[in-house]
Amino acid sequence: MERNLSRREALQATYKSFRRGWYKFSRNPLSVLGLVMVLAIVFVAILAPYVSPFPKHAGRYVCFKDATQPPSLNHLCGTDVFGRDILSRILFGYRFSLMMGVVVLVLVTPVGVVLGVIAGYMKGTWIETLIMRVTDVFVSVPALVLALAICSVLTPNIMNAMLAVSLMWWPWYTRLVYGLASSLRTEFFVQASEAAGMSKFYILFREILPNCLSPVFTKMALDMGVVMILGASLSFVGLGVQPPKPGLGTMVADGAKYLPDLWWIAMFPALAIVFVVMGFNLLGDGIRDVVAVEEV
Amino acid sequence: MKLSTWLIRRLIQAIGVLLGLSILVFLITRVMPGNPARVALGARAPQEVVEELERRMHLNDPLYLQYYYWLSGVFHGDFGESLFTRRPVLDDIKEYLPATMELALMALIFQAVLGVTLGGLAAGHENRWVDHSVRLGAYLGIVTPSFVFAIVFVLLFGYALRLFPTMGRLSAGVVAPRVITGMTVIDGLITGHFAAVGNALWHLILPALSLAMAGIAQESRITRASIVDNLRKDYVGLSRTFFIPERKILFKYLLKPSLIPTVSIMGLDFACMLGHGFLVELIFNWPGLSRYGMNTMLRKDLNAVTAVILVLGVVFVTVNIIVDLVVAYLDPRIRMGTERGT
Repeated sequence: MERNLSRREALQATYKSFRRGWYKFSRNPLSVLGLVMVLAIVFVAILAPYVSPFPKHAGRYVCFKDATQPPSLNHLCGTDVFGRDILSRILFGYRFSLMMGVVVLVLVTPVGVVLGVIAGYMKGTWIETLIMRVTDVFVSVPALVLALAICSVLTPNIMNAMLAVSLMWWPWYTRLVYGLASSLRTEFFVQASEAAGMSKFYILFREILPNCLSPVFTKMALDMGVVMILGASLSFVGLGVQPPKPGLGTMVADGAKYLPDLWWIAMFPALAIVFVVMGFNLLGDGIRDVVAVEEV
Repeated sequence: MKLSTWLIRRLIQAIGVLLGLSILVFLITRVMPGNPARVALGARAPQEVVEELERRMHLNDPLYLQYYYWLSGVFHGDFGESLFTRRPVLDDIKEYLPATMELALMALIFQAVLGVTLGGLAAGHENRWVDHSVRLGAYLGIVTPSFVFAIVFVLLFGYALRLFPTMGRLSAGVVAPRVITGMTVIDGLITGHFAAVGNALWHLILPALSLAMAGIAQESRITRASIVDNLRKDYVGLSRTFFIPERKILFKYLLKPSLIPTVSIMGLDFACMLGHGFLVELIFNWPGLSRYGMNTMLRKDLNAVTAVILVLGVVFVTVNIIVDLVVAYLDPRIRMGTERGT
């Protein structure tokens, strides 16, 4: 009975802090703009087959009669050299970008966070040395370069691109959480659990981990944009989404061949990348401000 | 701790990191499905030739032995032969690295100068239109991938306005200066070949700017934040009560501590730049290490890929040691060797 009550109270407290956070968030028009942009993109990406004007143009489709038309009312972003509507392809391209961001972060965050918590709590032991020195190695070369190298030895497709970026991205989470965890390990509540004889597992995942999570979520929101840029860059050099699938980076690379005359083929996908990354950055900044204020 | 002890410790750490990196890169290139020798020689090569190359590359030995052979080669300055250009990889790298360094240095100069200037301007006009436009610009700079900047610059300054060239390092009619460092601008200055210096700088501007945009954005934001932060500190108020001129406060007392975060972030930005150089060099047809690396990756030229990545690792580690030294110079409070760096 008592336990139930405390759980309900905890729930209410969470709800209250959520309401407070949302209030702070909604006071900043830029954060709200970011949220709206992200929601809009997610919406059109999921419903791409229904909302895009020419859903067939996302794949293998050729109609030379309509080829290389400049932007018009019928084709808002123009058509490419095969006569495919670029706007439709962008909407489908968002699917790959979002998939890239979500899959990479879902793969990377748990691994990075767990390793970081362990390394932070075990500070001064060989485990910490091992984990942290390995992250040193991974961050000693630009992530994009190693991701390119990995992609180049594997078959180029979006799965391998996601794998490559994931392999390069976990150390940043490990480093973030390591810093937090190593300062938390001397806190009283951790020492109390140790004195009470709690298992290492309990201390790591029930005591320390929950206290590291809000910066992690902030970083995830900000990283979405970065990972999407990495994915687009891989696609740009032909190591990510493969044509005829409409990756945003792939489309920019395609269009770059026809610059400057057919400028719209490359320009609109490029703007689309900027738009989505901007949305996630605004959202991430908004979340960061809320979390930072709450922590004070 | 003395500077020399710190430097030695730092160097040992760096060597450890590079050894780890060599293992990582080696593993990446050896998990490749398919036979590297066959890929290098093409499908039509006779079986004996393929086997001969396999033997020369030790492809039939266990992995750790392969690594040992490769690493001992590296210590002798031998990265093996490029499977594509048929030249020692080291020669290729010597040829292409200076162009990339020239580009990266130019971009770094852009970053430092423009980033700090814009950040200072914004901080000086806090919450006025200068500030707002700098911050908006910085936002755009951060969310735009470098290859998009490259394309926009090519389009705008290369084709529409015809202000800058968009290909290569020198115009067709210009004689390149004698190669000393390999960086055209510096070679031109040394040999007194000023026509080439001007021409090379003219070619450098667009690619360097495309590479630097993200960094400029990042640095202007950080410089702004740190100056604004420091402006509220007591010592600034105290200086003002002593009627020390605002200009002197800004340049003599404020700038140095405010630059610390900017300089620290530059090390990371440099890494980003080396990465994005892979795309930017491709777009501007810049004959640098990154374009070479990109091409070797696309051709699955193992020896060259490993070498390029290792060289980039060395560059990055060196840059970070320099950054740490500069930060320590700027901030005497940072005791060297205490939790700094790595």
